[in-house]
Amino acid sequence: MSIKRRDFLKIVGYGVTGTILSLGGGFIIGKGSEILAMIDKQGDKKGVKWAMVIDTRAFKTEEDFEAVIQACHRAHNVPNIPDKIREVKWIWVDTFERAFPTAETEYISEEIKKRKFLLLCNHCDDPPCVRVCPVQATFKREDGIVMQDMHRCIGCKFCMAACPYGSRNYNFYPPREYLSSMNPEFPTRTLGVVEKCIFCYHRLDEGKMPYCVEASQGKMFFGNLNDPESEVRKVISENIVLVRKPEISTKPKVFYII
Amino acid sequence: MVEKALKGGLKYWLWLLFLASLIVIAFFAWQYEHHYGAGVATGLHRDLTWGFQIGQLAFFVGVAASAVPVVLSYYLHNYKEFSKLTILAEFMAVGAVMIAMLSVFVVMGQPTRVFNVLLYPTPNSLIFWDLVVLSTYLFLNILCGWMVLHSYYKEAPYPSWLKFFIYWAIIWGPSIHIVTAFLLQGLPGRHYWLTAIMAARFLATAFSAGPALLIILAILIKKLTQFDVGERALQTVAKIVIYAFIINLLLFGFELFTAFYSGIHSHIAPFLYLFVGYEGHSEWVPFAWISMILAAIGLILLLIPYTRKKETTLVLGCFAIFFSVWIEKGLLLMVGGFTPNVFETVTPYYPALPEVLIQTGVWAVGFLVITILYKITIEVFKSKELVVKLKK
Repeated sequence: MSIKRRDFLKIVGYGVTGTILSLGGGFIIGKGSEILAMIDKQGDKKGVKWAMVIDTRAFKTEEDFEAVIQACHRAHNVPNIPDKIREVKWIWVDTFERAFPTAETEYISEEIKKRKFLLLCNHCDDPPCVRVCPVQATFKREDGIVMQDMHRCIGCKFCMAACPYGSRNYNFYPPREYLSSMNPEFPTRTLGVVEKCIFCYHRLDEGKMPYCVEASQGKMFFGNLNDPESEVRKVISENIVLVRKPEISTKPKVFYII
Repeated sequence: MVEKALKGGLKYWLWLLFLASLIVIAFFAWQYEHHYGAGVATGLHRDLTWGFQIGQLAFFVGVAASAVPVVLSYYLHNYKEFSKLTILAEFMAVGAVMIAMLSVFVVMGQPTRVFNVLLYPTPNSLIFWDLVVLSTYLFLNILCGWMVLHSYYKEAPYPSWLKFFIYWAIIWGPSIHIVTAFLLQGLPGRHYWLTAIMAARFLATAFSAGPALLIILAILIKKLTQFDVGERALQTVAKIVIYAFIINLLLFGFELFTAFYSGIHSHIAPFLYLFVGYEGHSEWVPFAWISMILAAIGLILLLIPYTRKKETTLVLGCFAIFFSVWIEKGLLLMVGGFTPNVFETVTPYYPALPEVLIQTGVWAVGFLVITILYKITIEVFKSKELVVKLKK
């Protein structure tokens, strides 16, 4: 009995379709186990979880802020863009009302109303930006730092829509044209990619503190949130601290002493 | 069949030339953006990173799925009146999906890297899923529309294996809105978007604005080429349009109730910004009200049987609904989602000229594809009708 051409083609067709479907299925299952492994790791309380505490009472003058901001921006080649609604900034100052929009602001003390607050990426424990990035250009390290790969980023700006803190920057202008000086130790960026604070992971890996913490001269604290003996845990437990927008459960790791 | 697109009158070629020139202009505007930056080429800023171009994604996935109610009635319920309209609906979906996908592509800051989405597939990102569902839907509509037309051309029934793809396309249609709505409605801190009925509302607007455009195109074709899909078919689609549109308006009312009765300021603020102004800013208030007025006009014209049956008022009503939804989904949905911004203040957004030119080119690509596919369809049907006449 010979197979008809038509039947033969049918069998081949089923075979090819079946293979493609099972490949796809295998791929999804493979990804699933990777995700499960990732969740397992996140539940691990023994590892390092970096956090920052900013003593907002200690920052008094314009120079106090400038020292911190300049230390970061110079080291990381952050361009100085004059267009304020399209600028690039990794760490900057804003008012209480804008930093904590869900907090009561009408009847608080005049001093707090006027006080400035340093804002930066919160390195959320459950970061929405990482959840939405289609190419894993932004991802969370095991020590909790939310990273940004500026060479993989496709510039879709989804992470900026997802970030509830306005901490992400898109390069609306050619960044290299707005650098007054350049640090050859750190890469510069191109048009159309997103960047943000990276908690100075490169310095932590060398056993140093982030640039901003170093430049603050004791007004900012940095350490391991999982270590009950760490300095950050001590200052958090001894003071009244706030985090930005706790109600949306992103679990920020930048704390503000009020 | 493709050769049928190569023969046409002066008007046909002038129209194609016009669309092609829009695409060329858009290409240069796009180059301009990638040379000088989105800072000068778009109105986007730190607090509003998705503007009216991503709005076109939201709107045109809706137009694309307009094929679903037509195709569903024809194949699942054997509604014979839709035989010609089904092919038009499928080919309109092809153009609309292309507009939707291109609208996203042109806003990428690094277009040469977009294949990273496939190189590093990320199931937890909705953009990945949007790419999957949109490209699948594009493929299904090209396949089904083309195969059915081709078998008609060859005077043979379409192959039985095509049934599988036809049913697949029907089931797949809604997924393109659901995934696109999920893109927005799952973001914490964007109050205007954080609503479970967004996907449902996307479906309702899709089944109204999309078929409304289909009616407009079908009547336009009838005027230009005497290719008639049939009065009864159009009337049935008009009823689908108005039912879906009423559901959309109801869902909008539910949104208003939840925001204002709960009294949660952050949920009220975007509605205030869009409809009456907020903190001294009222850039988009006129658009919001134009959309509402158009909705009222469309509702009246399509609800009353007399005006629905009359061709002029039917077309007017369809235009009203189409543009009402276009303003609401293509413009206000993005503006409202980003305003007030994450600091609960207002940074106004005005689309810039290059941004608009780029988008015009994207629309032109879609309409170019639709024109060519419609031209082929019409020529095929005309040649067959001629044969029937000659035989008689």
